[in-house]
Amino acid sequence: MSAPISMTVNGRKVTANVEPRTLLVQFLRDQLGLTGTHVGCDTSQCGACLVHLDGKSVKSCTMIVAQADGAEIMTIEGLSTGELHPMQAAFKEHHGLQCGFCTPGMVMSAVDLVKQNPEPTEHEIRDWLEGNICRCTGYHNIVKAVEAGAKAMGGSHAG
Amino acid sequence: MPDDARAPDGIGAPVRRKEDFRFLTGQGHYTDDINRPGQTHAYLLRSPHAHATLGAIDTSRAMAAPGVVAIFTGADLAAAGVGGLPCGWLITDKHGKPMVEPPHPVLAQGKVRHVGDPVAVVIAETRDAAKDAAELIEVAYGVLPAAVEATDAVKPGAAQLFDEAPANTCYEWEIGDKAAVDAAFAKAKLVAKLDLINNRLVANPMEPRAAIGEYDKGSGDYTLYTTSQNPHVIRLLMGAFVLHLPEHKLRVVAPDVGGGFGSKIYHYAEEAIVTWAAAKVKRPVKWTSDRSEAFISDAQGRDHASHAELAMDENGRFLALRVDTVANMGAYLSTFAPAIPTILYATLLAGTYTTPAIHAAVRAVFTNTVPVDAYRGAGRPEATYLLERLVDVAARVAKLDPAEIRRRNFIATDAYPYQTPVALQYDSGDYFKTLEMALKTADRDGFEARRAEAATRGKLRGMGIATYIEACGIAPSAVAGALGARAGLYEAAEVRVHPTGSVTLFTGTHSHGQGHETTMAQLVASGLGVSVDQVEVVHGDTSKIPFGMGTYGSRSLAVGGSAVMKAIDKVVAKGRKIAAHLLEAAEADVEFADGTFRVSGTDRTKSFAEIAFTAYVPHNYPIETVEPGLDETAFYDPKNFTYPSGAHVAEIEIDRETGVVEVVKFTAADDFGRIINPMIVEGQVHGGLAQGIGQALYEAAIYDKDGQLLTGSFMDYTMPRAANLPMFDVATNVTLCTHNPLGVKGCGEAGAIGSPAAIMNAVHDALSPLGDIRVDMPATALKLWQIIQSHSPAQAAE
Repeated sequence: MSAPISMTVNGRKVTANVEPRTLLVQFLRDQLGLTGTHVGCDTSQCGACLVHLDGKSVKSCTMIVAQADGAEIMTIEGLSTGELHPMQAAFKEHHGLQCGFCTPGMVMSAVDLVKQNPEPTEHEIRDWLEGNICRCTGYHNIVKAVEAGAKAMGGSHAG
Repeated sequence: MPDDARAPDGIGAPVRRKEDFRFLTGQGHYTDDINRPGQTHAYLLRSPHAHATLGAIDTSRAMAAPGVVAIFTGADLAAAGVGGLPCGWLITDKHGKPMVEPPHPVLAQGKVRHVGDPVAVVIAETRDAAKDAAELIEVAYGVLPAAVEATDAVKPGAAQLFDEAPANTCYEWEIGDKAAVDAAFAKAKLVAKLDLINNRLVANPMEPRAAIGEYDKGSGDYTLYTTSQNPHVIRLLMGAFVLHLPEHKLRVVAPDVGGGFGSKIYHYAEEAIVTWAAAKVKRPVKWTSDRSEAFISDAQGRDHASHAELAMDENGRFLALRVDTVANMGAYLSTFAPAIPTILYATLLAGTYTTPAIHAAVRAVFTNTVPVDAYRGAGRPEATYLLERLVDVAARVAKLDPAEIRRRNFIATDAYPYQTPVALQYDSGDYFKTLEMALKTADRDGFEARRAEAATRGKLRGMGIATYIEACGIAPSAVAGALGARAGLYEAAEVRVHPTGSVTLFTGTHSHGQGHETTMAQLVASGLGVSVDQVEVVHGDTSKIPFGMGTYGSRSLAVGGSAVMKAIDKVVAKGRKIAAHLLEAAEADVEFADGTFRVSGTDRTKSFAEIAFTAYVPHNYPIETVEPGLDETAFYDPKNFTYPSGAHVAEIEIDRETGVVEVVKFTAADDFGRIINPMIVEGQVHGGLAQGIGQALYEAAIYDKDGQLLTGSFMDYTMPRAANLPMFDVATNVTLCTHNPLGVKGCGEAGAIGSPAAIMNAVHDALSPLGDIRVDMPATALKLWQIIQSHSPAQAAE
C-alpha cells in the first residue's frame, strides 16, 4: 500500500513510493537521509521540523508527504553550499544556538521572516518566532542573530 | 593561571564555537539521526493508569501483526535475570536507618505506579508497525486509587504504592541544630513565616530521548547509543546492576545531545531494553521518544511543599531559620532523586546570609506520578526560592528595604572560608558588590518613578530582588560518599598530542549545548600555546574516553576543566624533559610559555610542535629516562564544592485587565569565578533565566486526582516562547575559586536558581498595593486576574 510521489528537495528531483500516512519529515529524515530537520514534538508546536515549501516555511511534521507532491522543498542542508548563509553566519557570530536541536528550524524560520520583512524589529522577530521553541538560549541571542542576519541579507532576499 | 590576553583564542576570549558549523548546516549527529544496518524499532506500551495491579498481558494478537519481530514483558525480563534500575544515592534517615528503596523494574511487574510506567515492548520492522501492534496487546489492569500530591500521600487512608513504604514515605531526614533553632525563636523579636509550593516542572530538552542497542554476535560486544549527559555512568549502572555486562563488553555512546538540563543524567528503562533486546532479536533495536511520551517518562523536577520561619532580632538580623519540606519523589527512585531535596537543597539554606542556626526537616514521599530528579539547579533553586521569598516577607515584617535587609545579613567579604550551620564551607564571594552591580544595572533608584508611570497605564509594576548561592563543581568524592553517594565524583581527561603538534582532548564531561568543544579547547590553547583550531575535543564515547562522571551540577569546567589542566601540566612536564635534552640544558632551567620551551635567560628555544615531533620520532631522545609519545591522562577529584553566587533583579508589570505579566527588565549579576569564554557564559545565563522565568510565570506539571498528567504536551505545558521574554542584562563579578587550578566556579545553573525568586518577589511587590497577598508559582494570568478581581475596590465594597 504505497503511493508514488515526486518533488524537488534542495534542488534535486526525487521520486519515491511512500506509505500514505508518511509525514513529510519522516520522508526527509528516513528516506532521503536529511537528518538536519528534527522532530521535537508531536503537536506542531516546536518548529524543529520547519522547512521551506515553495519558498514558505512549513512544519514538516504536520504534512503528509503526499501534500508536498510536486513541490519544491528546501531543508537546512540546502540553505547554503560551502560557506554559511548570512543567517547561519549570524547565528554563529551571536551565539544564537547551544544544543543545536532547534537551530535548523530557527534558521529556516528566520530566513522566511526576512524574505517577508527585510528589516524586522525585535518585537516582530519575537512575534514571528512564536512557533519555534528553544529551551537553551532564552531567545536573547537568537533575536540578536536574526537582527544581524537580516542586515547581512541586506534586501538581497537571499535564501 | 592569568587571563591570557595575548592569545585571541585562549582563556578569557569570546571564541566563536567550533561546534556551530555542523549544527547550523544540519550535520549534527543526534541519536535519532543514527540508523544501524538491519535495525528494528521498539515501541513501549505504557500504563494509561496511575496506579493499578497488573494482571495477564495477552500479546498473541500483537505478535501476529505485520512486521512484528518480538514482544517482551516484565515477566520475560525477570525470567532472563534482568535487574531493576538502581538508585545512585542512599539517604540515611533521621533515625539512622537507610531510606526505603523499593525495586524499580525495567518493565512493570505486579503493579503499575504512574501513567507512562512501561508494561511491554514491541519490536518490529518499522516504528509504525511496532506502534500499531502495541494497540493489540491486551492488559488486565485492576485500577487502584492514586496518591498524587505528596502532602496527601502521607495521610492515613491514602493509596499505598509499596508495602515496604508505610505512609508512602521514602525517608524522613533532618539537618542542623534543632535545639539552637528553638532557643533562637524563643527570644526572637520578629518572626517571618511562609508556606510555599515549588511547582513541578518538565525539563523538556528539545531533543526527545532516544536509544539504539546493538549486539555483535561475533565478539559478544554490546553498544548503546543514547541521549545521555554521562555515558560512563550509564555503562556502570546498566552494566553492573541491570544487564550484568562487564564494562569491556559494553560501549556506551552519547553523540550530539540536544539539551539535557538534568533529565538525561539518569539511567532509563529504555536504554536497558534496547541493549538487552538487541541480543535477543540479534538485530539493532532503536527507540525514539515522542514528546508526549517524554512528558510521562522523562524524570521531572522540583515539586516541594514547604513551611519556613525566620527568626530575627529587632533590627532585622537573622537569628534562626526553620524549614519543613515535603518532597515528591514520584513513583520510583530515579538515579539521584534522594539527594536532591537533602544534600543539594537543605545544605544551601544558609544562602548568602550569616543565619547562625538552621534546622531543616525533609520528608520524601512516593506518589503515583512520574519520578522526580535533578532539573537545572536541582535542590538549589528550591532552597533559593524558599529563602529569598522568606527574606522578602521578613523585610516587610521588619519594615526594612529588601536590599537593606539582605546587606544587613550578608556574609562579610573578609569572612571566608565561611562555615555555614548546614555543612558547607564557602571558599570565596563578595555578595555586597554583586548586589550593588545588579541594583545599579537595574536602575533601582529610578524604579518608583517607573512604577508611578505604569500605574497611569493601568499596570501594576513591581521590582524583585533575589540573591543566591550554589554548591557546584560536584563533588569531592569522600564528602559525597559520606553523604550517601554510591559513586565517586571526580573527572578525567586525556591530552593526546599528535606528532605534528595538534591535539585531541578526551574529556569525561559531556556537552549537550554548553559549548565544551570550544571552552575546553581554549584551555588547551592557553596551556600549550596552540590555536583552538589545532585542538579537537572528544567526549561521549566510553570506548574513547578513559573515564568520566559526566556533565551536571555545573561541574564540567570546575572538575572536568581541572582534570584537563592537570593533564596539560603532565604534557608540559614531559615536554620539558625532552626540551632539556635537545637544548642540552638542565631540566630546571627550561621554562615553557606561549608554546615555546626556552632555556631561561637565553634565546635557545624549541617550539611545542618540535617537542611533539621528537616525542614520536625519538632519534635524538633521552630514551633511558623518558618514554616516547606525548599522551597524558589525569583524574581530578575536587577539594570542595564551588560556590557561584549572584544577585538577580526582576522588573515586571501586571496588566490589571488581563492579569498578564510582562517581564520588562531582568538583570543578573553573577560571580562564576574566572570566565573562560564570556560569550558562552552569557548564553548559559540567558538560558537559565528563561527556565527560571518559565517556572515563575508559566510552567507546571499538573496532575489530576487520578494521576493523569493534564499538561502533557506543548499545547498544555507552557514553554516560554520568544515573545514571553525580554532581552537580559547580564553582568559578572569575579572572585576566584580558591581550590581549583582555574579559579572557576561554574555557570550552567545559576540563571534558573536566582530568577524564580526575583520574579515572584517582583510579582508580590507589584501586588502590594492590593494587600498582603501570597501567590504560588506559576503566577499565571488567570491566577493574577482572579487575585486582582477579588481585591478590587468594587469587590471590597460588597
